[in-house]
Amino acid sequence: MELPALGWQALVILVVFGVSLLIATYSTYAERVIAAFLQDRVGPDRAGPFGLLQPLADAVKLFTKEEFFPAGSNRALFVFGPCLAMVTALMASAVIPFGNYLQFGSTIIWLQGIEVNIGMLYVFGVVSLGVYGIMIGGWASNNKFSLLGAIRAASQNISYELAMGLSLIAVLMISETLSLREITLQQSVPGEWQFWNIVKQPLGFIIFIVCAFAETNRTPFDLPECETELVGGYHTEYSSMKMGLYLFAEYINVFVASAVMSVLYFGGFNFPFQYELRAFLAESQGMVTAHNIVTGLGVVAIFVKIFSFIFFFMWVRWTLPRFRYDQLMRLGWTILIPLAIFNILLTGG
Amino acid sequence: MSSLFFFLSFVALFSALGVVLAKNPVHSVLFLILTFFTISGHYLLLNAQFLAAVNIIVYAGAIMVLFLFVIMFLNLNADTEPHKSALSKIAAAIAGGSLLLILVAALRDIQPGGVDASTFDSQIGMVDRLGMVLYKQYMLPFELVSVLFIVAMVGAMMLGKRETGERNF
Repeated sequence: MELPALGWQALVILVVFGVSLLIATYSTYAERVIAAFLQDRVGPDRAGPFGLLQPLADAVKLFTKEEFFPAGSNRALFVFGPCLAMVTALMASAVIPFGNYLQFGSTIIWLQGIEVNIGMLYVFGVVSLGVYGIMIGGWASNNKFSLLGAIRAASQNISYELAMGLSLIAVLMISETLSLREITLQQSVPGEWQFWNIVKQPLGFIIFIVCAFAETNRTPFDLPECETELVGGYHTEYSSMKMGLYLFAEYINVFVASAVMSVLYFGGFNFPFQYELRAFLAESQGMVTAHNIVTGLGVVAIFVKIFSFIFFFMWVRWTLPRFRYDQLMRLGWTILIPLAIFNILLTGG
Repeated sequence: MSSLFFFLSFVALFSALGVVLAKNPVHSVLFLILTFFTISGHYLLLNAQFLAAVNIIVYAGAIMVLFLFVIMFLNLNADTEPHKSALSKIAAAIAGGSLLLILVAALRDIQPGGVDASTFDSQIGMVDRLGMVLYKQYMLPFELVSVLFIVAMVGAMMLGKRETGERNF
């Protein structure tokens, strides 16, 4: 069982990867259950107890469907599009701190894929790359509706990235670091009242969450796949598992966006009275065990926060109608960006 | 480390050639994005994390999306491809050749020296160190560049603005 530090880190990365996929799988199920609940329907309940095997049934369905290539499409890029969407979606979770460190003897395991001191920029960079999968897929389909969806995705992504970046700058100004781990640790300091960033940055958080909806192409901003105007948007021509990858990538993006919001604004793996609890446990268990227990509870805490955000994403999707495209652009450029600049001034002042 | 350098250099050269040689402009743009990634890899090898991340965000994440955006709007068939005159081809060859000459002449005398591991500052290239240098040592040029950017932005808005009386669509 003696793994070198790098081996443990590889294991953590593998677990993060698996958990992302698992959460994306069950997000499809959760979305349908929540939709059914909000619309007073029954929802999926056929496959397995409470319909829990529904994602499996969906996967089998997608895998066994015909793999279709539209005439005149660019075959290589048509396959490349969904792959790219999936890769960029999975990359972002590498730097998110899902917990503090665990200690076993002399081995210390950091519950984070990789700790880089530019974590926030890394997430921002990966998010800005996410649009390529949609653009390439939409263009390669050789379909006007797909192309329109791709173009919408590109302009929407670029517009909302600006406001998102500006709201991140305000967080950066109060934290004075780009490392996501340090931002998390700053939000809870033993022995003093330290509030989560949401208290210091309420306006920034609202801007960020609106931009997160736009960047992940979720309703009310899902104009790239707006089925009332564009058939299916960028994935009109896609079938089989390539279609599944696009849907999957969207749910992974939602998961990552939720995780980033939990870390930046809601204290990440911190939870109230954790140091008091650790001190209490340390009396009977010893410091190391107490720390490990608190770390474990911290992992539970961040996942509770992430699941609440995922629920919020779905709640909004089944509550609000879709924006019109010009409304979306006006909101981004004339409201969110000035508001974000105002927020920076407010933070600096 | 040096094998990583050679791998990145190989991919960078390969994709840079791909940009020029690809028949399809969309392929060219994708090769250019790959080139930016390999250059960011080189920045990481040089311990410049911030530069690597910003290179990806600005070039691969924003500018290349706009490139792709514009290219998707163009009707790209073989028969609409513009034919360049012999004069412009010769002019391009001379310009490119002289640039190569200048680069070779400038880099010829460089001594490829390594760094001394005992005195090397591992924090160099980190974001806080870069901020210190930019805002203390190079304060004035930095602010001048900012002013230049604002002027360019205002200029672009003036050019793109609708004239009074012009139709909306």
